[in-house]
Order: sequence, then C-alpha cells, then structure tokens
Amino acid sequence: MINEILYMNGYGLYVWSAFIFTLVSFASLYFVVQAHYVKERNKFIAKFGTLNSERAAFAKLQGINKEILSNTSNI
Amino acid sequence: MFKYLEPNKIFSITSKAPKYVLSLFIIVLSIGLSEALIFSPQDYKQGDAVRIMYVHVPAAWISLGIFSLITFLSIFGYIFKVQNFFLISKSLAPSGFVFNIIALVTGSIWGKPTWGTWWAWDARITSMLILALFYAMYILAWRIFEDKDKVNKVTLIITILGIINVPIIKYSVDWWNTLHQPASINILTKTSIDISMLFPLMIMTAAFALFSLLIFLMKYNTELIKIKNKGLDRL
Repeated sequence: MINEILYMNGYGLYVWSAFIFTLVSFASLYFVVQAHYVKERNKFIAKFGTLNSERAAFAKLQGINKEILSNTSNI
Repeated sequence: MFKYLEPNKIFSITSKAPKYVLSLFIIVLSIGLSEALIFSPQDYKQGDAVRIMYVHVPAAWISLGIFSLITFLSIFGYIFKVQNFFLISKSLAPSGFVFNIIALVTGSIWGKPTWGTWWAWDARITSMLILALFYAMYILAWRIFEDKDKVNKVTLIITILGIINVPIIKYSVDWWNTLHQPASINILTKTSIDISMLFPLMIMTAAFALFSLLIFLMKYNTELIKIKNKGLDRL
C-alpha cells in the first residue's frame, strides 16, 4: 500500500516533487511574512517604550496602537 | 461605505483572524492532500500523473483571481481615493505571485510525463509566465517608489496592463493550437471532469484560498504596523 502511494506506477517522482515544491513554497512564504510581522511589531513596541508618558497616553488613544501592543501572538 | 473598511476599525479583526484561518487551513489541507494523493482515482490516460492537477489547477486559478482583484481594487482605490484599497492590493500580491510560480513549476513537472518536455513556448504557459513578470513588477514597484501618489499610479498602470493578459491566459487554449488541454471545468456549460476528481480539486482550491487569506491577513497587519511605526516617529 505504502509502496503504491510512493511509487504511483512510475509517476511518483513527478507527483511527489510537485506536491513537495508546493508545500515548501507555502512554508517559505509563511515564515518570511511572519518574520516581517514580528520584526515590525518589535520595532513598534521598542519605539513605544521610548515615548514619554504624555505621548504614550496620546498614542494609546488610537485603538489600533493598543491592539498592536496587546497582540503578542506571532501571527 | 468605505469608512467601515478603515484600517483603525478592522485591525482588531485582522489581528485575531490569522490563528483561526491557519487552523482551518491545516484541517482543509489535510483532507485535500489525503483525497488528492490517496483516495482519488487514476486517470484512464494519464494514470497517477493526473494527481499533479490538484496543486497545479488551484494555484493557477488563485493567482489569476488575485491579480484580477488587485486590478479591481487599484482602479477603485484610484477613482475613490481610498488608500486602504492600495494597501489591501499590496498585501495580496505576495501570495498571488507564489501561486503563479507554483502553477508554472508544477505545470512544468506535469509536462514531462504527459508531453515529454519540461517546457514549451506554448500560448498558455507563456502567458502565465508573463503574468508572473507583471506580479514581479508590481511587487518591485512597491519596493522602489517611496512616494505614495507615485507608487499608487505606477502600480495602477502595471495592473491595468497586466489585466489585459488575464483573458489571454483564459482563452489561449481556445484561440491557438496549444499543447495545453482546454478547460475541463466550466461554470456555464457542462463540466467534463468526474465528481471523484472534482471533489478533491475543490477541497484543494479551498485550502489554497485559505492559505492566500492567511498570508494576506499577516501581510496586511504588517503593513498597518509599519504605518503606525511612522506615526510614532511623528509624535
């Protein structure tokens, strides 16, 4: 059964390479986009930390800034 | 109407959505892969090589769909001066480009056992390659131009020129003699593909659509944070 799935009557090399290429492309794109996201979020948090209390309070008036600071997940 | 689409209002949704979309994508992809690789039947002519269709066709459909959506959003963004539409377009482009590359590479892999060649300068394949070039130009334009108005105009021109190629891709198999087979699935006329193959194809298309939604959301959130980073500089 496993041999049949792997070999696929001689087409296994083509079929598996097409599927593996697709999945590797997905994983690469996902990790690249995630790395950019984490980099930008960390930059935002670092910049926010340098603001004085008055400016930080002003920036927090915008809901989106609060959301960015509270959203700690990587995606 | 467009005020409901303002980034400040939708960020609370777009920032939480990716984890749910990722979970759903993994479930749908697992079902799709088992159907495509194990449970779906062989083709009477192509044998098991037909299984490549389950990654090649959804990738091609979604790359075409995303480019059409990018063009539509760029035109509307320009007419109604909605910057968020350009931001959405920019966030859609990476997954569209990757799907285009997947369609080209898996098509090439499929070509070897069925046509006996990895590549042919056939109308369908060449027009898909041209679409990949338009995607590349679009993504590069966002990297090259820093001025907002300029990049909006340049990307609009690229999408308008690129969209001319989309019907050429669709009808290339009818207009010219090509190695590529004509469409097996038609919305308006009878579909020539059997349900046992159509089902896994639809599942894989759903999985690919979920993946492009996931990448779009992650990219869109990144772009919004980038804008907010600039905003903090101005405080």
